[in-house]
Amino acid sequence: MNNDLFQAMAQSIIDGDSEAAEQLAQQAIELGIDPLEAIENGFVVGVNQVGEAFSCGEAFLPELVMAGEAMKKAVSTLEPEMAKRGTQRQVYGKVVLATIQGDIHDIGKTLVGTMLSSGGFQVYDLGVDVAIEKILGKAQEVGADIIGVSALLTTTMLRQKELIKTLEARGLRSQYKVMVGGAPVTRDWVAEIGADGFSEDAIGAVQVARQLVQG
Amino acid sequence: MASRIKSITNPKLKLDILSRAEVQRLHTATLDLIENVGVRFPSQKAMDIWEAHGAKVERDTCIVKAPGEVIEAALKSCPPAYDLAARLPDQDLSLDGNHVFVGTDGCGVEVLDIHTGERRRSSMQDVADIARIADCLEEVAFHWVAVSAQDYPAATRSLHELHAIWENSTKHVQTESIYSEREAQAAVEMAALIAGGREALRKRPVLSIMQCTAPPLGQDGGSVEAALVAAEAGLPVGFMTMAACLTTGPATLAGTLAVGNAEVISATALIQLAHPGAPVFYAAAQTASDLRTGGYTGGGPEDFLFGAATNVLSDFYDIPLSMGSFATGAKEPNWQAGIDNSLSTFMACIVMSDMLLGVGLLHGSRIWSYAQMLMDCEIFDIVHKMMQGIVVDDDTLALEAVRSVGPGGNFLTQKHTRQHMRDLYLPQFMDRRAYNVWEEKRDDGRDWALARAREILATHQPEPLDPQCSKELASIIASLEGD
Repeated sequence: MNNDLFQAMAQSIIDGDSEAAEQLAQQAIELGIDPLEAIENGFVVGVNQVGEAFSCGEAFLPELVMAGEAMKKAVSTLEPEMAKRGTQRQVYGKVVLATIQGDIHDIGKTLVGTMLSSGGFQVYDLGVDVAIEKILGKAQEVGADIIGVSALLTTTMLRQKELIKTLEARGLRSQYKVMVGGAPVTRDWVAEIGADGFSEDAIGAVQVARQLVQG
Repeated sequence: MASRIKSITNPKLKLDILSRAEVQRLHTATLDLIENVGVRFPSQKAMDIWEAHGAKVERDTCIVKAPGEVIEAALKSCPPAYDLAARLPDQDLSLDGNHVFVGTDGCGVEVLDIHTGERRRSSMQDVADIARIADCLEEVAFHWVAVSAQDYPAATRSLHELHAIWENSTKHVQTESIYSEREAQAAVEMAALIAGGREALRKRPVLSIMQCTAPPLGQDGGSVEAALVAAEAGLPVGFMTMAACLTTGPATLAGTLAVGNAEVISATALIQLAHPGAPVFYAAAQTASDLRTGGYTGGGPEDFLFGAATNVLSDFYDIPLSMGSFATGAKEPNWQAGIDNSLSTFMACIVMSDMLLGVGLLHGSRIWSYAQMLMDCEIFDIVHKMMQGIVVDDDTLALEAVRSVGPGGNFLTQKHTRQHMRDLYLPQFMDRRAYNVWEEKRDDGRDWALARAREILATHQPEPLDPQCSKELASIIASLEGD
């Protein structure tokens, strides 16, 4: 009986229509539908369809991002109801993301955040020019599984290494998986600094993150 | 011996890519963006200057909204033409709108080793080697920092790189790797040593500074402050937008041009407000992000169109242009690299962009290839030849020679042929051999280009920097490291 509603939910994601997604989520709450069911049978169906269309080359990155934004909107609308019912959405893991101190380049990092969150991760994006202490503080506060740091400059990229060294020095290295990214980051660099994961683009980052949390 | 420098001048080809009305519309849209949406200038100094000149400044967000009249009035003090000076005066470059000069690309992070071909992290030795080879090539008129000297400390790396280039070349240096006031101050001091004092430097700027904007509609605070320091000393300063359709710019080309233009001219206006009459240039390397990954592409029809359109904008503001061309997204010197670099360079040349950046890098300006460097120079040679067009006069019509050969026969023995045969282009790295000759060796332009680069590196001796001057350059850098 809720099939039409679920279908409309999926469609709102496919259309990348955040407003529609929010309204449908609201409607679900009013109808007393379990939020987890709305996500599972409605919104996620849309996310998967866009993902499949993307994989076979029919959909493009903007469609993926818009679907991701709509999904975020739907989930955040449903969150208070989930809290009320004492349930929560299963996520792959928690990721703290930032562009490292001294660097203001954020397009790649932000894309990674959107892709991870529509790919089933809880993402805490701290923005650009973020000090290592702040990143580590947030990671500890939320109990992050993954720390992701981005850099576009060869000079700021060095702080990716510093972050890992700091974790080691404090005996915290094993608590987090560290992912690094940015134009100057190469496999050699990843190996040298002992990061756990790296991807050259945002789509690939989701795969890497899933592998990291599944160990 | 200092090599002469090859440039395109007095072109015979031209292209009308934007009408007067279209440029005016782009300009109006740009002013509207600057005044009503604003541009982010995260620098107290910059915000103070803007505020003093009547712009609305939102201190908490660093957003500056400047009225169109302020921008237009500020841009009026930009000098339309000036010279980029070289260590040797006969290598000075005239940015007068009638020359196209090529630089090396920058700033890569890996190098295909000139001897082993192995891909590895870039170091100071690479900066020096590339500068030395560029010093020898007539197609390369000036240097960018081609690769990052990652074996040097981050805080002074940009200065060591400058030192290495000056040690290995007499040509003008334009740095794109200085992002702070402190480094800029030291760079000015170093340039003054080369030029023979602060006043001499102002007259003959042996160094210019290129800064990237932070699209959409933003600037990097450190970069802006470094540019202000350089402009105060009379070093030519340019701001480069790399706005990309789809991600940091709208999906449409006109929209991305307007966004990038707002970044460049707002920063340029700031420089003029602070230091009226300071030499400035427009810089751009707009592109379209890849539809699938959102990644940087370093090629494609959008890039080529941007390459031609941007000079129309910089002409509108009557300032020189430093335009991104070459810089293929290809992973190795191949089909894609040939297409990307030929078309981007042709389109940027046909509108007479003053500076082209630049030769030698692959994978979206990340991996240095010596073979690509030399082949890029050949691309410029070909375009250089094309830009001369077809001359029609008594001599080139050659009627006398045609009469004496008559129907049938050939022109090989004509005096006219002897006089003009060297006008025809002779490629260095194109394979025009017989098939069987190729079949025996199966080598191609990439092999020959690499061999030529090795030969230059082994034999070319640049005119040395005065040892005392070199020592003093080193001590300027050392004084920063001692802090």
